[in-house]
Amino acid sequence: MATIRFKNVQHAYPPPKGQEPVYALKEVNQIWEDGGAYALLGPSGCGKTTLLNTISGLLTPSEGEVYFDDQDVTNLPTSERRIAQVFQFPVVYDTMTVFDNLAFPLRNRGMEETAVKQRVDQIAEMLDLTANLNKRASGLTADGKQKISLGRGLVRSDVNAILFDEPLTVIDPHLKWQLRSKLKELHQQTGITMIYVTHDQVEALTFANKVVVMYDGAVVQVGTPVELFNRPNHKFVGYFIGSPGMNFLPCRIDGGQPVFHNIPLNTAYPVGSDLSGNIEVGIRPEFVEFADDGIPVIIEKIEDLGRYQVITVKHESEVIKMVVDEGHLIPTESPKIQFNPNQTRIYCDDWVVGGSSNE
Amino acid sequence: MNKTLNQKAWWLVAPVLLLVAFNAFIPLMTVVNYAFQETFGNNVFFWEGTTWFEQVLRSERFHDAFQRQLMFTGMILAIEVPLGIGVALTMPRKGPWVSVCLVLMALPLLIPWNVVGAMWNIFALPDIGLLGYTLNSMGIDYNFTRQPVAAWLTTVLMDVWHWTSLIVLLCYAGLSSIPDDYYQAANIDGASRWAIFRYIQLPKMKRVLTIAILLRFMDSFMIYTEPFVLTGGGPGNTTTFLSIDLVKIALGQFDLGPAAAMSLVYFLVVLLICWVFYTLMMRNEEQ
Repeated sequence: MATIRFKNVQHAYPPPKGQEPVYALKEVNQIWEDGGAYALLGPSGCGKTTLLNTISGLLTPSEGEVYFDDQDVTNLPTSERRIAQVFQFPVVYDTMTVFDNLAFPLRNRGMEETAVKQRVDQIAEMLDLTANLNKRASGLTADGKQKISLGRGLVRSDVNAILFDEPLTVIDPHLKWQLRSKLKELHQQTGITMIYVTHDQVEALTFANKVVVMYDGAVVQVGTPVELFNRPNHKFVGYFIGSPGMNFLPCRIDGGQPVFHNIPLNTAYPVGSDLSGNIEVGIRPEFVEFADDGIPVIIEKIEDLGRYQVITVKHESEVIKMVVDEGHLIPTESPKIQFNPNQTRIYCDDWVVGGSSNE
Repeated sequence: MNKTLNQKAWWLVAPVLLLVAFNAFIPLMTVVNYAFQETFGNNVFFWEGTTWFEQVLRSERFHDAFQRQLMFTGMILAIEVPLGIGVALTMPRKGPWVSVCLVLMALPLLIPWNVVGAMWNIFALPDIGLLGYTLNSMGIDYNFTRQPVAAWLTTVLMDVWHWTSLIVLLCYAGLSSIPDDYYQAANIDGASRWAIFRYIQLPKMKRVLTIAILLRFMDSFMIYTEPFVLTGGGPGNTTTFLSIDLVKIALGQFDLGPAAAMSLVYFLVVLLICWVFYTLMMRNEEQ
């Protein structure tokens, strides 16, 4: 068990001939607390897997250091790092039984056979694999195989962290939910640090107590699901978390207030008028509501999603999405909307300004 | 619901049936015809029953050729399979050298069999061949036209040179199909190099390896052209394998009956060994 620390970690894959290297990871400084359940969330190609492989040692970063507690492990090979990793496609050793699969990491480390048996039985119990222990691993279904991959991580009592690289991609939807609950349960039972890579926000938000959002090789925000929802640090987080994503509207600052198309907006905190750059106001669709007074809009589209409706409105050329409860009256004549001042955020060059910080 | 019976589709199969009939079934039946009868020409046949088969199965000459054949096939498999796997494992998996290696590996396979025989014949000639001359000038008495051991060595070496590539290419294809995840997982599980080979690479190569061994078994068991050009079955009968012997009986002595019977025995043996081997290899697969 250890706290994992990243210090200025950067990584570039070898570029094609005659080209500048492209950084898959840009300056990551990050602390993974011991025993945390983290989700690493981001779009495909943002560097999530690269970051994960840097922790497990499958990849040595081109710059920076990785620490487990106070030990610098940057150049330590994978087998000596005490890290377990579960991959997108289940890896099982086809010719072995389920038992031998689970015992494999222990036997490789020279553990005595009676201890192996005891440990494997214990883990099989946890994963509901006991009935299958003597079957050939190749005969199992995808979720069974993924459980074996996971089990090979869990059997080792010395692991610092278990890393998951989109482990539920190939699993049927109804089993996905089951396995995810199982993971959470295991996390509570074992207290091992778990880092879970995904591009699915629902998966990330339900699994983790801390979500790390990555975008274009950098960590843009770390926080609880609520923090990410309420105060996205970066426009990307606003887009990526929530459905539909946050609205971003161009504005200017006048007298400590954002002004959108000559309509002043209220915020919970004053905005410095010395901001320079591309300034936008961000508001979640959940916090936009119809009002008697406010921004005049035209209703473009109403999508009924059952318990709530997503309404697309337009003010001049700006499109704003809003989420309104089912049965809520929608004004038909000259509708106007208002933003909840407590949830109105200002973004300067894609980054949030003002308000409380959660880091 | 009534099923419409339409037999016209048979016409679509007809060309293939015709082809198979003319290139496999009818020639085979001709051989069967000869195997049970005696003929003195003019299409006059006398029924002989199993006489030819008994003669072949009792003949010392057939036993000897059969033993030589088994030994040859056993030797080349014992060399080519491990060597092929070894070479495939050391070939690069990525980068510009991949295509270079593949082309180099494929080259021997592109050379016609009789050319291979001729090449090795010249190569191994004791007085002018590169191999033969070098060995002799190093003080090693080597002459494959006189010494049975030298003839065997040369024949086996030639086959290894010609056909190891096939095993390499098939194994390489099997290895390339293993996702990186497997190696990474093995790395995390702390697997040794041997464990990676034993539990990941070998199982993943199993299917292609089965095919490779089958192909090499059949080809080497029926080998004719290369040793015929290289040694002509000599010195004496020491490299006379089954098919060389068969041609000698059928075309040299014109004993069509015994030759036909021998052909059938030969064919059944190949079929039997292939079937047993394939069934054994695939037995676990179905569980």
